[in-house]
Amino acid sequence: MQAVKMVITGPFSAGKTQFIGSISEIDVVSTERKISSTAEQIKDTTTVAMDFGRITVGDDLVLYLFGTPGQRRFDFMWDILSQGMLGFVVMVDSTKPETFREAKRVLETFESYAATPYVVAANKQDLEDAWEPEDLRIILRLRPEVKILPCVANDKESVKNVLLELLYSILEELDKAEAA
Amino acid sequence: MALKGNLRDFSTTQLLNLINLARKTGTLTIQHDGESAQMSFREGKLIYAFMGEEAENHLAQILHNAGKLSEEQARIIQVRAKGTSDKQLGHMLIQRGHITQSDIIQSVRQNVLDTVYKLFTWGEGLFRFDANKLPSPGHITIPIDLESVIMEGSRRLKEWEILQEELPDLDISLRFTDRPDARLRNINLTVEEWRVVSFVNPRNTIRQIARANNLSDFEIRRIVYGMLQAGLVEVVRPARPQVQAPPVGRQAGSKQDTPKEIEQQSPAVKRSVVVRLIDRIRGL
Repeated sequence: MQAVKMVITGPFSAGKTQFIGSISEIDVVSTERKISSTAEQIKDTTTVAMDFGRITVGDDLVLYLFGTPGQRRFDFMWDILSQGMLGFVVMVDSTKPETFREAKRVLETFESYAATPYVVAANKQDLEDAWEPEDLRIILRLRPEVKILPCVANDKESVKNVLLELLYSILEELDKAEAA
Repeated sequence: MALKGNLRDFSTTQLLNLINLARKTGTLTIQHDGESAQMSFREGKLIYAFMGEEAENHLAQILHNAGKLSEEQARIIQVRAKGTSDKQLGHMLIQRGHITQSDIIQSVRQNVLDTVYKLFTWGEGLFRFDANKLPSPGHITIPIDLESVIMEGSRRLKEWEILQEELPDLDISLRFTDRPDARLRNINLTVEEWRVVSFVNPRNTIRQIARANNLSDFEIRRIVYGMLQAGLVEVVRPARPQVQAPPVGRQAGSKQDTPKEIEQQSPAVKRSVVVRLIDRIRGL
């Protein structure tokens, strides 16, 4: 059995757990605990270690989705989770400009870990306060070839679209590598 | 869609940079400590700004502040020209020979800039951008390139912490941006900035440029930050290695693929894995 891994990362409360939960064929295995920091009391619990979802492709192939913990104090986990990843998705809460700087930091950190393709998912695009994806491209200083995709993390079709676009990017990178 | 938030999280510099790069048209309103300011933009250019409540015959006050009208003249105009728009008032003053068109343009431009530069010092405040909302036709609007505004605003940013946070690493290089609208000739650079510009090259790190020009870390950060925000230069990231093979591992409990084994997989195998994933996700 072969297993491939994709990492879903982003700032605290960007929607990573919901993203994985929308598409995983198993209940998302997440190690959560009550939040202690006042600044992080947006939700009752938060991801401490990681979220873990699975999509079975066949008897011989399975895709694992790993969500990273959002808070800085768990940064040490990022490097571990990024090892051997096929690609990664950076989730951004489009309605929270206060998290954009952190999103940029997360993105740059993961970019430095591995030369794997990635896409940015501009989450919560169904909400009125959402900033436009192209505005986020400028703010996050994304290179033109990096895709930024509108996303609603609790909508399965939207999540599928993000993962498919990431896979298309991976194919493009393979083409480039073969041509070189 | 809304473009709103707090300057605490998204600074004036970042907002102007976004408006400039996205060539937005509309009005940005910021509220801070009981004060309110509005800036209007057309296709990414600043065209109008004022702070507080907009008074009638705003132009008379602007010309007085610029030293073009005495206090008495400004007072009389404000009384006699009640109900007249700034544009009409400007035409009237020019026709009567009180003032030249150039005086009006310079004074209004300076007033707009002074207003905007004040906003750079606002560390927090609620902002909202209303797309396509513009000042009424009676206002005098003057298009001003935001690159220069951002450069000057950034010069006024005194906070070392902000610069430190935005540009933590001095051992990176810079190059001129490929944006076709970025032209050095349209931007006012100080002598120090020109010296830095002359060293911009992917082979020189920011730290080396600072040493060559005898600039402190703070000074070089301030200059580079201004040039980055204006879109003149961009950071050169360290060269990335060639794309890695899609890492294909083994399921937990069985033997794990080592990195070496993964690298040894043929491109055809890697491609086959990705294509199978695409087919599977499409079918979900």
